[in-house]
Amino acid sequence: MEWDWNFVWQIMPTLLEGLKITILATALGSVVAAVIGLVFAILRMTAPKPVARATSFIVEFIRGTPLLVQLYFIFYVLPDIGIRLPALTAGVIGLGLHYGTYAAEVYRAGIENVPRGQWEAAKATNLTGRQTWIHVILPQAIPPMIPALANYLIAMFKETPLLSAITVLELMNQAKSVANSSYRYIEPMTLVGVFFLIMSLISVVFLRWLEERYSRLEER
Amino acid sequence: MAAPIIRIDNIVKRYGPLTVLDGLSMEVLPGEKLALIGPSGSGKTTILRILMTLETISDGHIEVDGDQLYHMPKNGSLVAADDRHLHRMREKIGMVFQHFNLFPHKCVLDNVTLAPMLTKGVARAAAEKRAMELLDMVGLADKAKSMPAQLSGGQKQRVAIARALALSPKIMLFDEVTSALDPELVEEVLNVMRKLAAETDMTMLLVTHEMGFAHDFADRILFFDRGKIVEEGKPDEIFRNPRQERTQAFLRKIIAAGHRV
Repeated sequence: MEWDWNFVWQIMPTLLEGLKITILATALGSVVAAVIGLVFAILRMTAPKPVARATSFIVEFIRGTPLLVQLYFIFYVLPDIGIRLPALTAGVIGLGLHYGTYAAEVYRAGIENVPRGQWEAAKATNLTGRQTWIHVILPQAIPPMIPALANYLIAMFKETPLLSAITVLELMNQAKSVANSSYRYIEPMTLVGVFFLIMSLISVVFLRWLEERYSRLEER
Repeated sequence: MAAPIIRIDNIVKRYGPLTVLDGLSMEVLPGEKLALIGPSGSGKTTILRILMTLETISDGHIEVDGDQLYHMPKNGSLVAADDRHLHRMREKIGMVFQHFNLFPHKCVLDNVTLAPMLTKGVARAAAEKRAMELLDMVGLADKAKSMPAQLSGGQKQRVAIARALALSPKIMLFDEVTSALDPELVEEVLNVMRKLAAETDMTMLLVTHEMGFAHDFADRILFFDRGKIVEEGKPDEIFRNPRQERTQAFLRKIIAAGHRV
């Protein structure tokens, strides 16, 4: 089997279409994960006992089951109870929920790292609970979390090919379909690998930069 | 004689099986400067933390400025205070901590203006004007734009005092405010407190191991041991002629450790 550049250029537009969806799914998924993670973390830390415990259970449940299974559930099982979601939406929810549970752990650790004295100072200056979170706790908790969160972002990006299992036309799925119709696998699969590698390398450089920036902020 | 501004009535504080305060009662008059001394673990810091509502009480009542602190009247009987009541009560009280607890992500000026702007709705310009006056009083007007990490311990503590004062509390609580400082930085903080005592009629409660300062600063000294007030009186009485055996033993130890009285 020989490498065929003509074939490469021929399939490139299709693959780039797929790459766009991959990036879109990662971007939306990470926003959902960031928000859901925060909700999970705050519920676990501040909600009344039964709610906090239920949240812990849900978090453990999601973390303890494979993303692929969750995606199948959201896309193929939920329609049985009348919830019919477009493939990309289902994929974003799946990614967001799954990585949201990891984000929740990062948030929890970050929030617990804020010294107790900060809570007490906020109370002594008569801030409300909400004001304490917004003005005192989160601004100190979030910067040290960023490298860990970015790590999960890269991990999520590399797991987006799972979305091909629920018919999302992301990079992997596009590559599979051109490969299946032309019986040539080497070019599409190599290109998928190269695309992921390039994106990951860019992310790693970005991550290094984040780590350096925020580790400097931490010295106080 | 004026009515007490703080009336602590028979409070009990337990941590699990450990009883830290066992039926403690005391009163503080408006404008009074009170020093709480005693061995560590005697409950003196706990009193301040309870007054600041950083701890809950297991039993008893506390009245601050005419209102119950941990209770509120509802349908003719006293019930546990809700968040709103506590919020209203905290307005009367400010606290300075041993470890400063400045907000490290905010500059000195923002540390001082944050609470007045958020809790009292003071406009930024007015809050900053007032903050600059306070920073000037504690001798740190030139550090307004510095971050807390750039300050010495003594400077941090003076900012913390300004931050507490910015809310104009009627009562200020000082919890071992010089204990975490290098010896050469203690005096600059004590000077600020002397000035504060001289220039304002705030009620001040002070937990300290600086016996010399307690002697000069306080109108009245309370000696705590094992969750009880063992002895109280004017500084001269307590330091020159302590009546109780335990007070004498404590003061002997402190003097032996090199603190001046």
